[in-house]
Amino acid sequence: MDTLASARTPLHPLHDRLGAKFVAFAGYDMPVHYPSGVLAEHLHTRTSASLFDVSHMGQVRLRGPGAIPALERLVPGDIAGLLVGQMRYTQFTNEQGGILDDLMVTRGKDHLDLVVNAGTKRSDLEHLRDRLPGNIDIDYLEDRALLAVQGPAAMSVIARQLPVLANMAFMTAAEAKLYGIACSVTRSGYTGEDGYEISVRSASAIELAEALLTEPEIRPAGLGARDSLRLEAGLCLYGHDIDITTTPVEAGLLWSIGKRRRIDGGFPGADIIKRQIAEGSPRRRVGILPEGRAPAREHTEIREDGKTIGIVTSGGYGPSLGRPIAMGYVATGSAFAGAPLDLIVRETPRPARVVPLPFIPTRYFRV
Amino acid sequence: MTELHYAESHEWVRLEGEIATVGISVFAQEQLGDVVYVELPAVGATVTKGNNIAVVESVKAASEIYAPVSGTVVEVNAAIVDNPGLINEQPLSEGWFFKIKISALPEVETLLDEAAYTALVGGTH
Repeated sequence: MDTLASARTPLHPLHDRLGAKFVAFAGYDMPVHYPSGVLAEHLHTRTSASLFDVSHMGQVRLRGPGAIPALERLVPGDIAGLLVGQMRYTQFTNEQGGILDDLMVTRGKDHLDLVVNAGTKRSDLEHLRDRLPGNIDIDYLEDRALLAVQGPAAMSVIARQLPVLANMAFMTAAEAKLYGIACSVTRSGYTGEDGYEISVRSASAIELAEALLTEPEIRPAGLGARDSLRLEAGLCLYGHDIDITTTPVEAGLLWSIGKRRRIDGGFPGADIIKRQIAEGSPRRRVGILPEGRAPAREHTEIREDGKTIGIVTSGGYGPSLGRPIAMGYVATGSAFAGAPLDLIVRETPRPARVVPLPFIPTRYFRV
Repeated sequence: MTELHYAESHEWVRLEGEIATVGISVFAQEQLGDVVYVELPAVGATVTKGNNIAVVESVKAASEIYAPVSGTVVEVNAAIVDNPGLINEQPLSEGWFFKIKISALPEVETLLDEAAYTALVGGTH
């Protein structure tokens, strides 16, 4: 079937054995769902726990003197404020304040670990090589897999291996042995649920995944469920909800820019972003609830009183809500909860309204 | 069971006189995954073979359903609007979409029989 060579993650043979249906995603042949289907995988994640293969994401380690201030020159996040073992969400911005990628940064004892998107990891590496001083080592950890265990049962599963991991705070990291395998664990995820992301050497990835799948709470879930889960959780998907044409302010990501960075700037596009913080931006990302049952997909035109005021950037069906949901950008004047909109689906205006994000309450583990 | 005919666009047709009952194939619903929304044509609508007249949406994507024959829509299946999962569970029976009173019976000859359709979708049925 393959006409183009697709990359495969270390878990590909396991997905195959589990009966996955595959889809091309960011150059990878990835499981979109298993025989149980997207709906069942989504709902199982919300009620128990699921195992996701996210090894297509890029894992990059920065090491060297001044790595923290050097990275801060590329992102608006407060990296200097991280304690060892803490992680933070931020973005690579460009001079126009647009977003080149969004990423997670974890501070290790003598290094920073980044997790970047699969589709942008090559350009991110070039960006880092161009912009970081030469004395900072940029190590693309190509021989590592990344597994996500997400859902309310994730904590008890992981705690059976190592009880202390139950008490990790959301957005912190630890080194651990799970099933006898050395892992780097963070308490984080992309589903709105409590959960862990586990970085492991590729050679041990299948062994770890198989061990996790023997746990009665855990079933495999694919990219389809990952997408519907993150949409319900109001989380951005790079290349869809955020890209080089959207600023963190427009995208509603101001929470990820620390106070010191807002004042001092010192990252690409700081002037534009600081001005938008002070004066507002012309458009804003919002949650959108169609009133009928027709999903409104990405690129759906948004109108108010017959006038185009925006566009849907992610849209589909929210299995936990049993109805269609969407996110998109609207003119700031309409970016308030309850604002009435029309979504133009198959040339027919369909009523919808702006709602606060997330669509479901998030259940991150706070200490 | 009455023999099924198929369009290359993955609709099935069951003929009873000049009435064609139309649904989507087992293969088509497997490709779609969990169906969550259906939009059906209006009863009384005149439809032309090959034109898109209905929409079926899974969690991930929307797909169009084409008229496998020309004619007039005489009945639609409200049950799949209320419970789109029927299309996955019973695609060849309870998950039917609509019935068309055929205006040009010879068009039926252009449809595929079961064996030809199975070959088209690579023998996976």
